[in-house]
Amino acid sequence: MISFFPALIFVLLAPLIGGLLSGIDRKVTAHMQGRVGPSIFQPFYDVGKLFEKENAEVNGTQRFYVISYFIFAVFTGALFFAGGDLLLVVFALTLAEVFLVLGAYAAYSPYSHVGAERELLQVMAYEPIMILSAVGIYMVTGSFAVSEILKYPMLLVVLLPGIFLGFLYALTIKLRKSPFDISTSHHAHQEIVKGVTTEFSGPNLGLIEVTHWYELVFLLGFVFLFFAANWILGIIAVIIVFLLELFIDNTNARVKWQLAVKSTWAITLVVAIVNLVVLAYVVVV
Amino acid sequence: MAYLQKSPWIIHYDASSCNGCDIEILACLTPMYDVERFGIINTGNPKHADIFVVTGSVNEQNKYVIKNIYDQMPDPKVVVAIGVCATSGGVFRECYNVSGGVDMVIPVDVYVPGCAARPESIIDGIVKALGILEEKRTAAVMGVSREQPVPAAATEKPAGGV
Ligand code: SF4
Repeated sequence: MISFFPALIFVLLAPLIGGLLSGIDRKVTAHMQGRVGPSIFQPFYDVGKLFEKENAEVNGTQRFYVISYFIFAVFTGALFFAGGDLLLVVFALTLAEVFLVLGAYAAYSPYSHVGAERELLQVMAYEPIMILSAVGIYMVTGSFAVSEILKYPMLLVVLLPGIFLGFLYALTIKLRKSPFDISTSHHAHQEIVKGVTTEFSGPNLGLIEVTHWYELVFLLGFVFLFFAANWILGIIAVIIVFLLELFIDNTNARVKWQLAVKSTWAITLVVAIVNLVVLAYVVVV
Repeated sequence: MAYLQKSPWIIHYDASSCNGCDIEILACLTPMYDVERFGIINTGNPKHADIFVVTGSVNEQNKYVIKNIYDQMPDPKVVVAIGVCATSGGVFRECYNVSGGVDMVIPVDVYVPGCAARPESIIDGIVKALGILEEKRTAAVMGVSREQPVPAAATEKPAGGV
């Protein structure tokens, strides 16, 4: 059931694809703002630079948390692409996130603490819809295993439109895009400096950046799952979703955390739960 | 590899500038000049920064702040003083509260003249700084110490418990 080859491909290629995607992200963003923007390889230069810098750590535990964050994020993606259990994937992702938060708490700095608090609030906001996505997919396909879900003959998005919408809403949080870039942002110097990543520098920050690339590829893989019955449609959907996120990022201002949590829960409650109830009813009848 | 030159992140500190130079630095980030083309990002966080950009003359209140920001930046790092105020104190040099240029407190690598410095010359100064940054990195890799003397003013005791 679990196949190691796709997992290996993921571990090897995800940083390349993720880095390129964030390079494209910056290029497209610059064009949307009427600028030329950096080369699409800029994220690789940035990470290369970070690994060239002095390894300044605020204390001995920080590095442990960063490495754990990296390992569990890679594990999450690898398990997903290996065709593993979707529920386990969702919880492993949360575990990775918790290590990042612990790393931010390890430093004695108000900015990093505020960032960590907000990161936790974000986890709280998107976690219900992540779990409901897994549940919804199980109700349709009868399995939590990604390898079985892929074999389902119908487009999941047709039966789970509400869940998919809710997932898209939460995706903006996971990708740290405006309006939900409340825990760390390139544009919030006066507010939180750099939020969760304030106290990380040099190689540690570089590793966090690489971990974000892994997460990006995993999340786009999750989007693909909703269209898995038709490969071509799936790839088109992933591209559209990615561009949509960039568009949302560039047209929205950062909101307060209250609105982020409330709106995500409201969307989850309304569209996802209604979707599940209707589905349960249809299955019973 | 010289990734350092391709991805310089800056932190900008306004010592006691009249705001003229600050506006010109911000102009560099606008679509007109768009320094992000070169991978330059204004981070606002000393721990992520490679280039310390200071505008305005240093006064008695903030020289410890400047020293503190400088110390928080991981090596290799360079300092660019923007405008005549940051270079020497400029027109404020004789003021009772002004210590002088930035080099009174921390070692400066590049001086960008002008009042206010034009965006073109600011970009030029940053590009010069990139060369020095790379030199410092190779020196560190080769194990050659390129220690710069810390100016005397920086080692004085803070007045008024700043
Ligand atoms: S150099 Fe001129 S423009 Fe710049 S801070 Fe000094 S007085 Fe203002």
